[in-house]
Amino acid sequence: MRKTYKLFIGGAFPRSESGRSYEVYAAAGRSGKRAFLANAAKASRKDARNAVVAARKAVGGWAGATAYNRGQVLYRVAEVMESRRDQLVAEVRTAEGLSPARAGAVVDAAIDRWVWYAGWSDKIAQITGNLNPVAGPYFNISAPEPTGVVAVLAPQDSSLLGLVSVVAPVIVTGNACVVVSSESMPLPAITLAECLATSDVPGGVVNILTGDAAEMAPWLASHLDVNGIDLTGAADLDWAAFEAAAADNLKRVRRPGPEDLAAAPELTRMTAWLETKTVWHPKGR
Amino acid sequence: MPTFEYAPAPESRAVVDIPDSYRLWIGGEWVEGRGTPFPTINPATEETLSTVAEATAEDVDAAVRAARTAYTRIWSRMSGTDRGKYLFRIARIMQERARELAVLETLDNGKPIKETRDFDVPTAAAHFFYHAGWADKLEYAGLGSSPRPHGVVGQIIPWNFPLLMLAWKIAPALACGNTVVLKPAETTPLAALLFADICQQADLPPGVVNLVTGAGATGQAIVDHPGIDKIAFTGSTAVGKMIARSIAGSDKHATLELGGKAANVVFDDAPLDQAIEGIVGGIFFNQGQVCCAGSRVLAQENIVDDVVDRLKRRLETLRLGDPLDKNTDVGAINSERQLARITELSAVGEAEGAVRWDTGCPLPKNGFWFRPTLFTEVSQSHRIAQEEIFGPVLSVLTFRTPGEAVAKANNTPYGLSAGVWTEKGSRILWMADQLKAGVVWANTFNQFDPTSPFGGYKESGYGREGGRHGLAAYVRKGTQQ
Repeated sequence: MRKTYKLFIGGAFPRSESGRSYEVYAAAGRSGKRAFLANAAKASRKDARNAVVAARKAVGGWAGATAYNRGQVLYRVAEVMESRRDQLVAEVRTAEGLSPARAGAVVDAAIDRWVWYAGWSDKIAQITGNLNPVAGPYFNISAPEPTGVVAVLAPQDSSLLGLVSVVAPVIVTGNACVVVSSESMPLPAITLAECLATSDVPGGVVNILTGDAAEMAPWLASHLDVNGIDLTGAADLDWAAFEAAAADNLKRVRRPGPEDLAAAPELTRMTAWLETKTVWHPKGR
Repeated sequence: MPTFEYAPAPESRAVVDIPDSYRLWIGGEWVEGRGTPFPTINPATEETLSTVAEATAEDVDAAVRAARTAYTRIWSRMSGTDRGKYLFRIARIMQERARELAVLETLDNGKPIKETRDFDVPTAAAHFFYHAGWADKLEYAGLGSSPRPHGVVGQIIPWNFPLLMLAWKIAPALACGNTVVLKPAETTPLAALLFADICQQADLPPGVVNLVTGAGATGQAIVDHPGIDKIAFTGSTAVGKMIARSIAGSDKHATLELGGKAANVVFDDAPLDQAIEGIVGGIFFNQGQVCCAGSRVLAQENIVDDVVDRLKRRLETLRLGDPLDKNTDVGAINSERQLARITELSAVGEAEGAVRWDTGCPLPKNGFWFRPTLFTEVSQSHRIAQEEIFGPVLSVLTFRTPGEAVAKANNTPYGLSAGVWTEKGSRILWMADQLKAGVVWANTFNQFDPTSPFGGYKESGYGREGGRHGLAAYVRKGTQQ
């Protein structure tokens, strides 16, 4: 039986409100032929806006959860990914045209990366926050807080590791995200959504849209209830226009750039979506 | 004041299976100890729970060699990511076996099931979870660019939080890439021995964790062993000083988490209901057998009568008895020896002129018990105001000004923790600056978290456990490879 691949919005798996879908093919085999895999949902502007609403609804509770709790929930995601490893390997292999061993290595790297980020939940503040020795009788401390709702254009050419590499660092600190998956390789993204849906991640913290990034990106970039946008997957699009649109409400923007997904990630993937809050309080008897 | 009658609500013992005897856990195997096996008893009933092997110096040597082999061949070569996976797995298994651990800990230690179930076990698991995440992130911890482990760490832990202290010791040591020889306290070895089973379930490589049971002589053998690179000790200040002397002039490093004589400073603007709860929890949690216990109250003079009245009223509602009963607030004292010390120091308190009061509650026939006890009219020179009693005994002193409160709070050889109770934020922060204590709790007490460093000033020891700072204890200083 073949599976229907749908969107992931607010913890549910709806079809696109537009009723549209598009054909997804495997990577070219030796014969050069590309096998048909599925009709994926083609998300619309309205779907993107619904996803933002879901993310906004979820972000308060997620940001307010303890870091320990978020860390455990995200670690659970990695556990569920591990339990679905065979499926993820098969999908990544088909989508990216990799050998079984290579696909296995990519999935393992994605799981390890998820665990790596899960561990940061209760440590990032210990690295990025500090006491400031101000010249006066004041207690003064700076600590990070999540930015809010972040739109993410996931890498187009890495169906799972790329996706994990951009989603995990956004949500581990308490943000919620709306992510547009790789257009041509969306199926591992939906399987990841199924992992998220069975991992105690509150609905709406991660929303995954499949379809045409060029179609959805302008709406996400200009959406006034989105606080940040990661343009990693927009290198081949007119990302400068997205950045300009994002200026309307001063979204935090991460520009596309050379990405080495195999290398150890940089903290900037997390710190890009953090605000620094400094608290002053007088000292005195 | 109405008191409520409670029907007994005992937690079932059926979840734990205690063998008649235990051997030593060395190199991933149970091996016979060469010393004289000794019993471990349930301090609430004096029933013998099991018999435990005694590790001699020769056994300790075998454990150190196993730890060295595991360090050289496996653990130091493993990536942080993989080390982290073992620690995550241990955390998960502890969560899965939480009830079993809680019941076993209560049987062996005598503390209420309420505490083991809601505090000791979940906090221990959280400690492994937190440090699991550090294993592959050490280069971010501000410890230099390539923090290196010490090698083989000798760890000696006390009987007051047998499982939690094990977690505080083993989790950071392993996360940083060390291997471990750990000695649990002679009166509470069972949690550690169950932990061996958890290591097996987690497929932890043999020799990464080695457990040797025994008393002072076994501990001394660990401290003196030339193959030990670092000592981590939690226990009394007297033993801590002996360890510091023993390793003087050697290459061994040490972190020492020792005694305390914490003051809870209560100002006249304090939220009193909250303060009373905090003071009571601060000294009667775990029968006061807590190094950071708030064993002194410093109440501002104009409210001291009110504070004492409220304390007495609250203490009368504490339920002392069967530690396995879910309603029990105060359990058994851990050992006959400890009970004798509490009894003796309390008698000294009376003899020196302090006024003694206790709840008068009935005590069970068997086991080691001490009523929640309050001393008023205590002066700074009294031994009960200076020495760590390590029992459910609270001394009340007074002060007039914030400066006097600071002077009195700091007037002990210890400096582990302190409490401040006032609604005035600026005063909290000023007091926090003045108090010579490693942890200052404001309008709360006895809070612990894996992310928060814990440890003392002065004769409460050196080094921190928990948080980013706690990692420093388990890596070598400097960045040279």
